[in-house]
This record gives sequence, C-alpha cells and structure tokens, in this order.
Amino acid sequence: MFDITIIGAGVVGSMIARTLSKYKLNILVLEKENDVGNGASSANSAIIHSGYDPEPGSLKARLNVRGNYLFDKVAEELDVEFMRIGSITLANNQEEVEILESLVERAALNGVCVKVLNHDELKTIEPSITDKVIKGLLAPTCGIINPFELVVAAMENAIDNGVKLHLCEEVTSIVKQESGFIVNTNKNSYETKYVINCAGVYSDKINEMVNKKSFTIKPRRGEYFVLDHFDNNYVRHVLFNVPSSKGKGVLVSPTTHYNYLVGPSSEYIDDKEDVSTDKETLDNVKQKAYSLVDNLRLDKQIRIFSGIRAVSDTGDFVIEEVIPYFINVAGIQSPGLASSPAIAEMVEEMIKGKELKEDYNPYRKPLPRLNKKTIEEKIALCKTNPLYGNIICRCEKISEGEIVDAIRRNCGATTVKGVKKRVRPGFGKCQGGFCEASVMKILARELGCDIKQIVYGKENAYILKEGTKGE
Amino acid sequence: MKTYDLVVIGGGSGGLSAAISAYDEGVKNILVLEKEAYLGGILLQCIHNGFGLHTFKEELTGPEYADRFVKELIEREIEYKVNTFVTEIKKNDEDFTVIYSNQEEGFVLINAKTIITATGCSERTRGEISMQGDRPSGVMTAGMAQKYLNLEGYLVGKNVFILGSGDIGLIMARRMVLEGANVLGVAELMPYSNGLNRNIVQCLEDFNIPLYLSHTVKRVIGKDRLESVIIQQVDENLNFIEGTEIIFNCDTLLLSVGLIPNNPLLTSLGVLMHPKTKGPLVDEYLMTNVKGIFACGNSLHVHDLVDFVTNEGAICGKSAAKYLKGNLNTNNIININNGKGISYVLPKTMYLNNDTTFKLNFRVNKPYKDVELIIKQNDKIIKKLKKAYLIPAEMESVIILKKDVTSLDDIIVEVIE
Ligand SMILES: Cc1cc2nc3c(=O)[nH]c(=O)nc-3n(C[C@H](O)[C@H](O)[C@H](O)COP(=O)(O)OP(=O)(O)OC[C@H]3O[C@@H](n4cnc5c(N)ncnc54)[C@H](O)[C@@H]3O)c2cc1C
Ligand SMILES: Cc1cc2nc3c(=O)[nH]c(=O)nc-3n(C[C@H](O)[C@H](O)[C@H](O)COP(=O)(O)OP(=O)(O)OC[C@H]3O[C@@H](n4cnc5c(N)ncnc54)[C@H](O)[C@@H]3O)c2cc1C
Repeated sequence: MFDITIIGAGVVGSMIARTLSKYKLNILVLEKENDVGNGASSANSAIIHSGYDPEPGSLKARLNVRGNYLFDKVAEELDVEFMRIGSITLANNQEEVEILESLVERAALNGVCVKVLNHDELKTIEPSITDKVIKGLLAPTCGIINPFELVVAAMENAIDNGVKLHLCEEVTSIVKQESGFIVNTNKNSYETKYVINCAGVYSDKINEMVNKKSFTIKPRRGEYFVLDHFDNNYVRHVLFNVPSSKGKGVLVSPTTHYNYLVGPSSEYIDDKEDVSTDKETLDNVKQKAYSLVDNLRLDKQIRIFSGIRAVSDTGDFVIEEVIPYFINVAGIQSPGLASSPAIAEMVEEMIKGKELKEDYNPYRKPLPRLNKKTIEEKIALCKTNPLYGNIICRCEKISEGEIVDAIRRNCGATTVKGVKKRVRPGFGKCQGGFCEASVMKILARELGCDIKQIVYGKENAYILKEGTKGE
Repeated sequence: MKTYDLVVIGGGSGGLSAAISAYDEGVKNILVLEKEAYLGGILLQCIHNGFGLHTFKEELTGPEYADRFVKELIEREIEYKVNTFVTEIKKNDEDFTVIYSNQEEGFVLINAKTIITATGCSERTRGEISMQGDRPSGVMTAGMAQKYLNLEGYLVGKNVFILGSGDIGLIMARRMVLEGANVLGVAELMPYSNGLNRNIVQCLEDFNIPLYLSHTVKRVIGKDRLESVIIQQVDENLNFIEGTEIIFNCDTLLLSVGLIPNNPLLTSLGVLMHPKTKGPLVDEYLMTNVKGIFACGNSLHVHDLVDFVTNEGAICGKSAAKYLKGNLNTNNIININNGKGISYVLPKTMYLNNDTTFKLNFRVNKPYKDVELIIKQNDKIIKKLKKAYLIPAEMESVIILKKDVTSLDDIIVEVIE
C-alpha cells in the first residue's frame, strides 16, 4: 500500500514527488513513457517567467510569482542550470505602447517589479533588439532554465530520498475503494491512499476515471526553431512581443547553453500526441520574430521542434482535492515550469497527517560539468576518472565520464534521447552525426544489453535494424 | 610544456598529406592529433572503390587510399596521437597553445609555432533543412548510416528512401541494396543532380533506383520509427506543385543534402569565415587571417574527390614549412572575387611575389554548357578557357602564372555564356 501515487513524471509530478519526499511517506510515481519529462516538460520555452502577465488573482499569477521566487534555492539544491537574465517585452507601435502601459498595472497587482524603458535605453542593454522598438518592459526577475535537467534532477533527488519511479507504466483505470484507490496500469495494480493526477494533456482522462467531468484539456501546440550557439551576446534577454490584437506573438531567447529559441506558435490541435511541425506555421513564427530582432540568424538553425500545452477550458490551473484523497494538478500550461516549485508547495499543504523525515537531503550530487571547469580542474578530474579525458561529443565537448555518470545515477538515462537530455551529446550542430554511434555503445555496455535494443526516445524508436555480420 | 613546430589537427587525408609534405620540406618536429581510433578520417567508412584515380592512376577503396598515406607518415616517424580530441586553441604573442585530451593523458597543453587544421566536415541534418512533419527515428544523414553499416556492421533499415543526390546518398543507395535493403528512390530538389555522374550511373541506374529530380520531402510520418514519407514536385521557384504528391512507405530516410566545413576551433580565435563555403577565408598559401594558422581539406571547403584534398594538404604543408623558415612573402596583396556564374572562389587573396604560380579553385552556381571561363583583372584577361560543361557538383581548379598578373587590382573569375 502506497501513501501517495503520482501519475505523470513531468516537471509537475517530479517536483511534487521531491517535495513530498521529505516526509515519512511511501511514494510511487507512474509514468507511461520510458523516461521522465518527455511530455510538455521537454518541449517548451524554458522561461522562468517573472509573473507580471497572468490575470491578477488567478492561481497562475500567484503560483508563478511564488515559483519564480523559489527558483534560486531549487536550482542551487538540485544543481540545475538557471540564469536570471531578465525579459523585455517590446512595443513597436502606438497600439502596443498602450498595451505595454496596461501591463505595468498588471505587474503591480501581481507584485512583480518591472520597468518601462525607452528606445535608447533598450538599445544599450540589448543591442540585438529591433530598431523599430519604441518602448519596452523590463522584468529583471525573469530567468531561463535547463528544463530537461530540472525534471531529471527533481526526480533523482526524490529517488535519493526514497520515492519509487516506475517507467513504462500507463495508468489505465482507477477504482475508488472504501479507503483509498486501486490504480491499474498496463502492467500492475497498486493500492494507494492518495492519487495525485499530474498527467499533463491526459489529466482530464485520469480525472474522469474516478470523478465527473469538470474540465477538459485542449491540446495547443507550439512550434520552434533552435539556433546553434555562436555568440553568447547575440541576444542577452528573453524578448517577448506585446500581446496585441494581432495575437500573442513569439519570443527570442537564449538557452542556458547560449543556443537560441525562436517561437512558439500557438495552434489548437486534435491529437494530444501530434508534435509535428509544418512550414506555414513556422514561416509565421519567423515573421513575428522579425518584430523582435532585425538580424534573425536563421542561418544558424540546427533544429525545429514542437511541444503541446495542456490548456484547461477553465482558463486557469486546476489544482484541487476533488474528492477526498484525489488531487488534480491539471491544466498546467505556461507558466507551469516557472510555477512548478510553488505548485508542489500547494499540493504539500493539501496532504494530511504527514511527518518529516530526519534524513531528508534536499541536495542532489552535483554533475561533473567539465565545460564549466578550469583547465587545472579538468586535469585533476581526469586523474580521478580517465573517462573524463575521452571526449565523445565534439559539438558540445562532452566526455565519456559524464555520459557514464548520467546513465549510472538514480533516474539515469536508458535511451539516446535520455543521454542527450541529461548531458547534451546530440544537441549540437551535427545533431548526433558524429557521436550517436559512440553514445549507443556506451549505453549498451552500461545497461548490459545488445546495441540493437538501444532506442532513440520512444520504445519503438529503434535505430539499428539488424546486424550484417550474422549476429 | 612541450613545443612543436607544427601541430596538425585531424588525421584524415588532408591532415596526413599536410604533415607528410611539411616533413619533406624540412619540418621535423610535427604532431598529428586525431579524434578517432585510427588515422584516415572519413575515408575509413568509404569502403567502395574509386579513390585515387588522379593520384595513383588506380582505383583504391577509401581505407586502401588512406593506408598509403598512413604508411608514409609512419615511415617518416612523424609523431601522432589517436583517440585524442583537440578542445581549444589559444593565441599567444609568438605562438599558440593547443589543448587536447585523451583517456591516457587527460587534458594536456602544448605549444605550437604553426597549426594546420584539417578537421573535416559535418553533414546537414533534418533540423537544418526544416524537414516538416513528425520527428521519428529512422531519419538520419547518409554518412551516419554509412558509419553504422561499414564500421559497426549494422543495417539501419530495410525500406529506404533517400533525399538529396549528393555522392554519399548515391553510394549508400547501392550499398544498402547490396546488404539486402529495398531502396525505393532518390529525390533531388534541384532539376539536376548534385552527385558525380559516374555515381548516378553506377549506383542508381545500374540498380534501377528511380531519381526524382525537382522533388523534395514534403512530410515525414511516424510517431516512433519512420513509417512513410510524402515527396512532392517543386517548380522553378522551389514551391510545391499541387497534386504531385507521392507516398513511400519506408522505415528509413537518408539525407544527403550537403556537407558543411567543421571548424569549431577557429571562430574563437578570430579567424574570418567565408559566407559561402562556411570554411575559413584563406590566402594562396591556405593561411587564415590569423598568421600561423593554415587550413585544408573538407574543413576549408567541401571536396568531391579525395585526390584534391591530398593536393591541397600538400600545398598547406609546404606553406607551413615556408612560414616556419620565415620565407612566406605576403606583400603586394591582391583580392580574388567571384564574378558572374561563380558561387565561390578560393583562395580569397594572392600575393605578387617571386613565386611562379598559384592555384585557383571555384564552383559554378548552376550547370553550364559550352561556355568560356574568364579570369581577369579589370579588362585585362589573365586566362581564358573553353568549357564543354561545368556543374556545381564538380570543383574546378586552374593554375595561374604570376607573371600574367600585372597589377594589384582585384582578380575576377567569371563564366561567359
Ligand atoms: C510550447 C510550450 C511552451 C512553454 N513555455 C513555457 C515557459 O517558457 N515557461 C513555463 O513556465 N512554462 C512553459 N510551458 C508550460 C510547461 O512546459 C508546462 O506547464 C509543464 O511542462 C507541465 O508539466 P506537467 O508535468 O504538468 O506535464 P508533462 O510534462 O506533459 O507531464 C505529464 C506526464 O504525464 C504522463 N502521463 C500522461 N498520461 C499518463 C498515464 N495514463 N499514465 C502514466 N503517465 C501518464 C506523460 O507521459 C507525461 O510525462 C510551455 C509549454 C509549451 C507546450
Ligand atoms: C561520406 C563521404 C564519402 C566520400 N566519398 C568519396 C569517394 O567516393 N571518392 C572520393 O574521391 N572522395 C570521396 N569523398 C571525399 C574525400 O574522401 C574527402 O573529402 C576527404 O577524405 C576529406 O579529407 P579531410 O582530411 O578533409 O577530412 P576527414 O577525412 O573528415 O578528416 C578529418 C579528421 O579530423 C578529425 N578531427 C576533427 N576535429 C578534430 C579535433 N578537434 N581534434 C582531433 N581530430 C579532429 C576527424 O576525426 C577526422 O578524422 C567522400 C567524402 C565523404 C564525407
């Protein structure tokens, strides 16, 4: 019997698991995919929004502002890359200037510090900004995070503190008992006191396994371009369009590795899994991005991708104990990443009869991070483990030692994509062309399996069809 | 800290040839650094024959061709390290510091008086060309599939479609058929192929593999592994033509859509890059704007034939030797520009000095038939050549006599129809 069963290991489920792991609770996380964070949590803008934008008084506003505040501590404890670089929202015409001014009031209501800057001030702090800009709203607390690392780190720390993670288990039905629930998956059945539903785009379906329909999740896709790292000063802030009569606009932002994201689009789709991209939508993203930076370096494009927002028809996050011991954490669209530590706090409050552990450790063992070390530190590190001297990924300069570490940790990588999300081989310009074969060999060796069994991401996404030497 | 007169980065055909020629010109204190476990570079995965027709007048396989140069290197007792990756080059007042790492030594700093970079190229990926639709596994570059097949011994799929008629794609079409796969076709965006003619004949026509010119992949379908691709015809402006879609059910889509010089070490040094080739800008000695740093092979500009890489490496090695002796005369600089019909010319500059000749390499921007190729300064023609045909897939080279260059005005290369 588990005290808590969390359905879904995205950023929300993982942060909740980690937060609850400080109590003497027997916690299980069920995730249908073969890795954590393969849903919306791995395909988003990676912005820790300041919180000036959500409707004042909404859960989104409250949790975003609180979540943003908590991120320094979270990032430090979990050793996750996080940089408060600030955001600038641009107004390029009179209509947009008026909207910008209304945003200042909204920011005050949400308790977020912002500042309006004029053209010249903006050009000084952000030379990449378009010449068309008239005014801009600077929100200094806005940050960028490595979202892949965040989910993995939260779950790793949760597991270090006793949480159980079962991957490749899809919840298929839930039966309410006299006390607690039976959660059935494609593989097993579990008895549990609490159910916490963090199933992203499927959170409405999970809710309806037990409760009346009270909200619907409509999938809304966002498509992006990714640019290579080529100049750490190309764009220094997160640049947003002012939401106007022409729509919500896009952003141009550095990532924590100085790649650049351009996007996202915003379109409702029918299929909750349809992360495809299409040319028209991306052309439109491109057009909008030119209203942020004049010199859009699409010659540096290395990838396109899309993610799916779980938009609730209620318009806000749905975080509620619908019936005793069944908690919905649903409709967590943007700013879900930014809010995640505060969402976890809110759910923590809802759990009754909990008792703190003595041996809870909020710190995750830091990653080796060779690229952030001085040459002397690198030399010393190689003495402890020679595998740090063997560079596997040329583009991102990642060593075998770091890849092995990413596989061996709790919540370790088991797929090519899993390695890529944790330590970046394959994220660079060659997109794995140089290193994928080496990464597969290391995975097969560490996991003790045949190399043909190593998949890219999803379970059926095999890479090698058959051996030619008769095996 | 150890000091070398010359450090060669990359042990492919460019680097090997450069090291050998520098040695023969009197530079003895050389170190060659290679990332992979064997010297030879990309040639090691090119197990088909057809290499070395120019250099050795015989048809060798890639590994055989590489082996001849590796032997020459070893005969000369030139020092080399494999499984060794160069992570950084730093410029000092007089020389350079090279940082490399490997499993045995960890991270190591050495000094280099000159550096030749011959770091090869990478293949354009699906992300770079904005391939639309899903992002399943089974869509990969042709060179990657070649590596899995020829070096690791694995076939990546059974039903294959190929996008792009670059040489690697053509070679892989034949190779996959020989290993028992079905190759359904090759689509090429342009109305002409980007591969060598002999590869079209020997790799497609001989195996009845259809080539769809003016076609490209419109959409990739498959959630986990690739399930199908939709290809569609394009018009002269490269816009899709309605109603011309063809669906192919396949588990593999190989991309042969271009190669790009791989130079991550150079940008931070302030080496200027050529907007068209994406390699460094060099002078006739293949030296970059950072004095003492030379480049050759596919990291300088993409080559179709390994023989050209070998020649270029030799020029590079000679130049580095001259530079070390203080004999590189870089006075009287002349710019070289591309005129009508030319997509790029290399080198970017030459010098009017005591040397007798220099070599111009260039590519045309589209196929031409029965044209004149003119190399001139203002109205003065330096050299005129009649060409029955010129295609972008084949690099052209011309040797120019310096005595024919009489002023310091820009030299222009152009095609006259
Ligand atoms: C395009 C886009 C841009 C965004 N940009 C930002 C941003 O810049 N800043 C920000 O703060 N937020 C942003 N967001 C929002 C943020 O990404 C999400 O709010 C957050 O990732 C949601 O996390 P989650 O854990 O709820 O969902 P998910 O990450 O989707 O996790 C849900 C998990 O549940 C699993 N699951 C589903 N059904 C079952 C089942 N039956 N059994 C077992 N497991 C199941 C799924 O496999 C999945 O792993 C963006 C979102 C998108 C799509
Ligand atoms: C897939 C393919 C097929 C081809 N087929 C033919 C053919 O059929 N016939 C023909 O004549 N020509 C062919 N060519 C062309 C010709 O073989 C190549 O252009 C030539 O071999 C390239 O030599 P190179 O030295 O420039 O590059 P490469 O052979 O790529 O060598 C570069 C070397 O540098 C190393 N390196 C890179 N970065 C670092 C670093 N930081 N530290 C240490 N080492 C590093 C790499 O590991 C690599 O070994 C082909 C080319 C390719 C790419």
